[in-house]
Amino acid sequence: MTMTASAHGPELTMKLTVRDLEVFYGSKRGLAPVTLDLPEKNVTALIGPSGCGKSTFLRSLNRMNELIAGCKVKGDVRLDDEPIYGPGIDPVVVRRRIGMVFQRSNPFPKSIFENVAYGLRIGGINDRGEIAERVERALSHAALWEEVKDRLQENALSLSGGQQQRLCIARALAVEPEVLLMDEPASALDPIATAHIEELIDDLSKNYTVVIVTHNMQQAARVSDWTAFFYMGELVEYDRTNIIFTKPSKPKTEDYITGRFG
Amino acid sequence: MSLREHTNREYEGELRKLRDQLLRMGAKVEEIISGSIKALLERDTDLATRMIAFDRRINQMEVDIDGLCLSILARRQPVASDLRFITMALKLVTDLERIGDLGVNISERVVELNAEPPLKPYVDLPNMANEVQGMLREALDAFVAGDPERAHAVIERDTNIDAYYSQIFRELLTYMMEDAHNIFRATRLQSIAKYLERIGDHATNVAEMVVFMVKGMDIRHTGKLEGETARGG
Amino acid sequence: MTVAARVDSGRSRPFVRAMRNRAGDVALAVSSGAAILLVLMILAVILGDVVIHGGRRLSLSFFFTAPTEGMTQGGIFPALFGTLAMVLLMTVAVVPVGVATAVYLHEYAPARSLLTRAVRIAVSNLAGVPSIVFGLFGLGFFIQFVGVGLDKIFHGGERVWGQPALVWAALTMAVLTLPVVIVATEEALRAVPRELREASLALGATQFQTVYKVVLPQAVPGILTGTILAISRGAGEVAPILFTGVAYFLPHLPDSLHQQFMHLGNHIYVLSTQSPDVDATKPLLYATVLVLLIVTFVLNLAAVVVRARMRRRLAGVGA
Repeated sequence: MTMTASAHGPELTMKLTVRDLEVFYGSKRGLAPVTLDLPEKNVTALIGPSGCGKSTFLRSLNRMNELIAGCKVKGDVRLDDEPIYGPGIDPVVVRRRIGMVFQRSNPFPKSIFENVAYGLRIGGINDRGEIAERVERALSHAALWEEVKDRLQENALSLSGGQQQRLCIARALAVEPEVLLMDEPASALDPIATAHIEELIDDLSKNYTVVIVTHNMQQAARVSDWTAFFYMGELVEYDRTNIIFTKPSKPKTEDYITGRFG
Repeated sequence: MSLREHTNREYEGELRKLRDQLLRMGAKVEEIISGSIKALLERDTDLATRMIAFDRRINQMEVDIDGLCLSILARRQPVASDLRFITMALKLVTDLERIGDLGVNISERVVELNAEPPLKPYVDLPNMANEVQGMLREALDAFVAGDPERAHAVIERDTNIDAYYSQIFRELLTYMMEDAHNIFRATRLQSIAKYLERIGDHATNVAEMVVFMVKGMDIRHTGKLEGETARGG
Repeated sequence: MTVAARVDSGRSRPFVRAMRNRAGDVALAVSSGAAILLVLMILAVILGDVVIHGGRRLSLSFFFTAPTEGMTQGGIFPALFGTLAMVLLMTVAVVPVGVATAVYLHEYAPARSLLTRAVRIAVSNLAGVPSIVFGLFGLGFFIQFVGVGLDKIFHGGERVWGQPALVWAALTMAVLTLPVVIVATEEALRAVPRELREASLALGATQFQTVYKVVLPQAVPGILTGTILAISRGAGEVAPILFTGVAYFLPHLPDSLHQQFMHLGNHIYVLSTQSPDVDATKPLLYATVLVLLIVTFVLNLAAVVVRARMRRRLAGVGA
């Protein structure tokens, strides 16, 4: 099965194109060559058992893999047809266009306002009016504005777990990235907070391309338009979520999602 | 259907239980049809009455299976092949229950027929009945085996049933036109033939569901497997 | 066996086991309690002795007047001033260098490189060097090399910097306390969770921005603790400053960096060995010791309090 642009149909534009992406940790290979396209303003879920390479793949998309000592990346990843790997390409710039939200919310021990403004300040924006406006916009997009607008100066750590995670999402959105990568964003949250995050993802996909790693298959089924199944460092199958969950082509996919292993 | 077992044994057990219950319902329904036809051919009113009583059993089985499906859907969130199996099981049960009803209807007509002497020697009816029972058995076997080819073969046989019905109807029509006293018995026989024809339709439905369950392809209303070209008519 | 007997025998065995466990618990509690008592007693004796003999002499004038009558009267003001001045200079020198070194080691240096390992070995060895050796180093390097060199360049050979001075003592102490600051800072940096750095980098921050805006602010309690501990050590250590700047007695306060100074710790040594009338100076001695102990105690307490309060603030409790 082809997993590239032609299989998606002509009406979809591809935001990220990945060709033969391979990742090594020292001498050990973490990801076999992966080729796939991520459609714009769609939600793509990456599923698979622990250690299957889905997080490795995700972190290759915003060059966060490089922070791990001994990590080598081969292959080609393009954002809107511009390569993000290569000599002379600054990962800092890449990360401003491809944002990331992590599994456990990690707000800075600063005020709510300063957390969201952080990305703006390091990007060189100093105008107070602009910062305030963008902070409000980001918090609104993250469905958190109403809850915190009267206490922006309070410490971020005083928020609940679900609110903190939404704050981290707002923080990432403030920089106005084009792609949002989410690494198991709801796995540390209770069901109601999870439901809020899922609804938020749905909203976000109208304006951003979202890629989400999740070990919760029902969440992948609920939230995503496209699903990629990874197993032991390889991409096994990639298709519309509807098809993956009603009639997947590969027996390994079928076995995994029905719970016959993993 | 995957041959590997679920990691969760209870889940695996529930799916097996569902399959078993479906098969038992199928067997019961087959029993009703063969019993009713036998009652017709041997003019056995007792047998017919016993068949009529089975209606309650069939209804109970439908309720039980529906309940089991609902429970699995709620608790296990099945996907892919399991999901197709469960949703088809729900529909299968409806078809089987209807087949059971039709079998019971046959017995009811038999009881009425046995009040009068036989109208004619039965030739086509038993043949039609055999064909229909064969279709149903094949459809259920295809379900057990997960074999879409066998299921598809059943779908093909539906045209024979329609042919049988037309022939029987034409013949009974002549009897009715010959003599007004024949009308009571002839209409009862025509009803039986109609019931058999509908059983054939339901058996075809079962076969179509087997194909969907195994292959994930919805061939209802088209009757075509992948790769086949459309046939005229 | 009757049912009752069987039940009883089963019940008694776990009961016996519990008793044996309890014995171990009790023994541990008793022995550690005894150790604590011993330590407290020793501390009480020392403090008690000092407080009883020195407490009487503590007064405002004691703190703010100079020693008189051959150190049998007066106060300790010059020693206090000198100690404070030296410690201040030392802090200004050691904190930036120590923090920068720790930041380099923890945030920038590749983990396995030769340079990193060499620096770490150097730091840990530095921590083990006897303090008198630091004094010799200060004499040989700061005074006789740097100081004399400066004199040659700026004062045409006249002896201004090439002699024991406040600045050289401060720098020597800075070198001595460097490992303390480096280790405390590194520990503080290590305590900053990796997730915060990742969050910052994922937002498109450079390594420098991440360290400066996220990591260091979080590490401040640890750095402060290290600094306070360094200060505490600086206020007390005498050996390194013996050759590098401290004087037995000065009639005036130092008014520039190239002058000598008096020091609390050194003053205690002076009072107990150099005075012409040991008995007369004894109360002053005890009082000075008491002051030094108080200073040390207060500094250590300050370190603990600062750390606790900043930790709470960073954890989001309270404003």
